[in-house]
Amino acid sequence: MNLRRTFAMARKEILHIIRDPRSLIAAFSQPLLMLLIFGYALSLDVDRIPTIVYDLDQTPLSDALIKSFRGSRYFNVVEEAKGYHPIDNAIDTRRALLAVVVPTDYSRNLLEGREAAVQLLVDGSDSNTAAIAQGYAEGLILTFAQQTRENAQSMRTGSVIHIPVEARVRVWYNTDLVSRDFIVPGLIGVIIMIIASLLTSLTVAREWENGTMEQLLSTPVRPVEIAMGKLAAYFLLGLADMGVALAVAIFVFHVPLKGSPALLLVSSCIFIFGALGWGIFISASQRNQLAAYQLGTLTSFLPAFLLSGFIYSIDNMPAVIRAIALFVPARYFIEIIKGVFLKGTGLRILWFNLVLLTAYAALVFYWATSKLKKKVA
Amino acid sequence: MNLQRLRIIIRKEFIQTFREPRMRFMMLLPPLIQLLVFGFAVNLDVDSAKIAWMDEDRSPQSRELLSQFEGSGRFIIAATPASEAQMQDLLDRGRVDGVIRVLPGFARDVERGRDTSVQVLLDGTNSNSASIVSGYAGQTIARYASQVMNQRQRDKLIAGTMASGGAITAQIPRVVAQTRVWFNPDLRSRNYFVPGVIVNIIMLVTLSMTAMAIVREKEIGTMEQLMVTPIRPAELILGKTLPFVLIGFWDMILVFVASLVIFHVPFAGSFGLLCFAALLFILTTLGAGLYISTISKTQQQANMSTFLIFQPFSMLSGFTFPIRNMPQVVQYFTYLNPMRYFLEVVRGVFLKGSGVDVLWPQLVALGVMGVVVLSLAVRKFHKHLE
Repeated sequence: MNLRRTFAMARKEILHIIRDPRSLIAAFSQPLLMLLIFGYALSLDVDRIPTIVYDLDQTPLSDALIKSFRGSRYFNVVEEAKGYHPIDNAIDTRRALLAVVVPTDYSRNLLEGREAAVQLLVDGSDSNTAAIAQGYAEGLILTFAQQTRENAQSMRTGSVIHIPVEARVRVWYNTDLVSRDFIVPGLIGVIIMIIASLLTSLTVAREWENGTMEQLLSTPVRPVEIAMGKLAAYFLLGLADMGVALAVAIFVFHVPLKGSPALLLVSSCIFIFGALGWGIFISASQRNQLAAYQLGTLTSFLPAFLLSGFIYSIDNMPAVIRAIALFVPARYFIEIIKGVFLKGTGLRILWFNLVLLTAYAALVFYWATSKLKKKVA
Repeated sequence: MNLQRLRIIIRKEFIQTFREPRMRFMMLLPPLIQLLVFGFAVNLDVDSAKIAWMDEDRSPQSRELLSQFEGSGRFIIAATPASEAQMQDLLDRGRVDGVIRVLPGFARDVERGRDTSVQVLLDGTNSNSASIVSGYAGQTIARYASQVMNQRQRDKLIAGTMASGGAITAQIPRVVAQTRVWFNPDLRSRNYFVPGVIVNIIMLVTLSMTAMAIVREKEIGTMEQLMVTPIRPAELILGKTLPFVLIGFWDMILVFVASLVIFHVPFAGSFGLLCFAALLFILTTLGAGLYISTISKTQQQANMSTFLIFQPFSMLSGFTFPIRNMPQVVQYFTYLNPMRYFLEVVRGVFLKGSGVDVLWPQLVALGVMGVVVLSLAVRKFHKHLE
């Protein structure tokens, strides 16, 4: 490998990038847009569940239960129904997710010391929200029931019985359970993969399609130098993107960075190198930009988004998919970045991920150059 | 408009797209792979949480609590750390989702009727699963607590009635929740996500293919050749877009069949309504693809633009992240998002079996958007050609 020729190649590629300001702007606005949307707009936290109540009992006792729904910040009572039909309608049109129905015998059962049932109807179509909403509603009724029991008990025996064993929950790392702190660090890994698949995967295919590859081949530049030069140019772009993303995460969203910034930087560089190497490998294997693009999205964006543990936890996937996920490099990077950001873990725990990423980067670069050599020959 | 010329250009487009075996592959395989990956991977359920059991009491009472956890079917006891350092290490490495810690003196407190607590330590990195696991753990401990409570109440009542010499009245009022889940009784998130994949795939395929197919002609220089033929702009537009309408529909049917056969998603509604909504939706995506093709010079630019449009629209469609949770301003924006409406139709038809009587506002919105976007794009494209 000749440094001067590699440098010339990189310069040519940088000029290409600069002369296409629209792609350049897109390369920066894409990550920013994703960060802003994920950071500001998207959340899996469930609160203010739209609730419709139907009180058939109409007594002070049933009113007390409904009041406790009104008072909770997890529920937002949108309507008081006068029958089952409005409930059907509200759930069908998605005005309400949950219906609380108090049956006619509710207060009589309570007063006579029998079991009083409260009906909960949940729209299960969004299973995640439904499961959480159901948990909150049942929890609220449980607490309410325990209070009722305590009151009845103290009236009867003159002494109060408390709940004997309670769960004392402490959350580590992301103490307030903010989904933003969980999503944004992982998103940085995904963004790098997108840059790799969208920009890099087309660079070599475009030279073939436009016929400029032949011109390049007639110069003394060698395949390794082509690969290295192209990679270097996009590496700068990727690094800049990374810097922007990190800055937004830390300064705009105040995601706490508990671990070492140096570890973050080193592993980012290795990951970017590997991701771009993969993009060049794809590009070298396809002569058609549309095909290169399809293959790029399929092999880098999709796994990085879905199989990396970025949002969807890998442990919940079926065994086959878990096995595939073992080969998704973004997964190891996202483990590093989440560990460093949220847990403050260091090399003691993350060294193996770093070794894997390095091996991946080296292997992919080797593949890319040998693929290029073969195509050229 | 000349039908024969139209047919010829459609034929050319199909030949061009399917000539290369590799391209044929690329057209048909990605949607299927996307569906499989989406279907299997996109899952927010917590079926079984991996927890560590740290018992510092080692008593019959704590073992009883452990059997409650094991018996609930929602937990896998993955480790039993003996020290705080071990526990810390398990959480740092992410080996467990949480730790249940029973402190010394637990049995003594339960026996003597004193109030006590069980520590639940959660890894909050994944806030969503942490809050679900927290709920499960709380419920399990509450169940144990109510057993203990029942026991105590019985003891007290018996003691009380023996003292007073009256009859035993052991009736204590209770309130229970009877939960019924509609539409998706097992709360399988697959039923919710898989139909949504249809929306994403149609959007991605039709948008990017239209944009790239036109830009490619420009980039290679064959657009000029097309321009000197007697083909008129309207024929060119139709000829260039119709093949992708067909490919979009093909992908939809593929995904539809796969979601029924592979994922066993229940289909409660009408297939005709689904197709009609897809057609309205494709009007918009074709318009957007056409528009991108007029503003892009290279396929790379077209690509970047496609993604720049697709990403935010997809994320703000309610596919994974509920629209209800978004800030108010962003919620207003989603009214301009065709993916949102199509997604509501697809989910309504699949899970609830809703018909036109419920879904007409969404259909109207899709129709209006499709006509507006497509006609603006066509006008822009006309100008661009001249």
